[in-house]
Amino acid sequence: MTSADIKEKLKNRTVGIAGCGGLGSNCAVALARVGVGTLILADFDVVTESNLNRQYYFLSQVGEPKAPCLKRVIHQINPSVSVIAYEVKLDPEHILRYFKDCDVIVEAFDQADQKEMIIETVLSAFPDKPLVIGVGMAGWGMNETIHYRNSGNLHICGDEVTEISESVPPLAPRVGVVANMQANVVLEILLKP
Amino acid sequence: MRIILNNAQEEFCEDIMTVNELLKAKTFTFKMLVVKINGNLVKKDEYSTATIKDNDDVMVLHLVSGG
Repeated sequence: MTSADIKEKLKNRTVGIAGCGGLGSNCAVALARVGVGTLILADFDVVTESNLNRQYYFLSQVGEPKAPCLKRVIHQINPSVSVIAYEVKLDPEHILRYFKDCDVIVEAFDQADQKEMIIETVLSAFPDKPLVIGVGMAGWGMNETIHYRNSGNLHICGDEVTEISESVPPLAPRVGVVANMQANVVLEILLKP
Repeated sequence: MRIILNNAQEEFCEDIMTVNELLKAKTFTFKMLVVKINGNLVKKDEYSTATIKDNDDVMVLHLVSGG
């Protein structure tokens, strides 16, 4: 498949991204670069200086809400992507409403209870929709522990073990690896013949 | 019974187990997790009633914070 074929295949596809932090911002940018037609972003938070160690934002955006910020970043890279940005703390009802027409949903939350919530919501309401989650990416090094596995439409990227803490923070390299693995899984699903 | 647990063969002396019994037997004490039996999601309130039997394919996913 040539680059042009890929663009043609992706232009009518829609991907939902739940959370625009370390996973969501990097995953969304990767998908925008390859030409996914529509991205639906959702996040309630604002950009802080401490986010810049891993999230796809700039110093000039500190204090601004993440979802519309990410939309502007994406449009500086690829203006042909149509981006819908919701400033909202996603609950099950929002997920059903905003992501119902997505071809794939990317879970990009930071809190474990939120991850559990979206998995239960999507697997119950949309059992046929692929959900790509990121679990375990704190710290540094340990490339050999990061992996991919799937169970039906639930696709898991990460080491499934390392939890963030004061002494094991989330950092650009490992978070970026998992975010781009998620984008890679999305691409594989969308380009399946 | 023999089951597949997270893509690996496992053997238990019981013929049938609830999800809670399996979690206890494996000392999976995580608070946030997702369980699927043969591809079907098991909700939290069904952990004491949903059963696992011979040849079932079980996924227990431990959710850790970070993103």
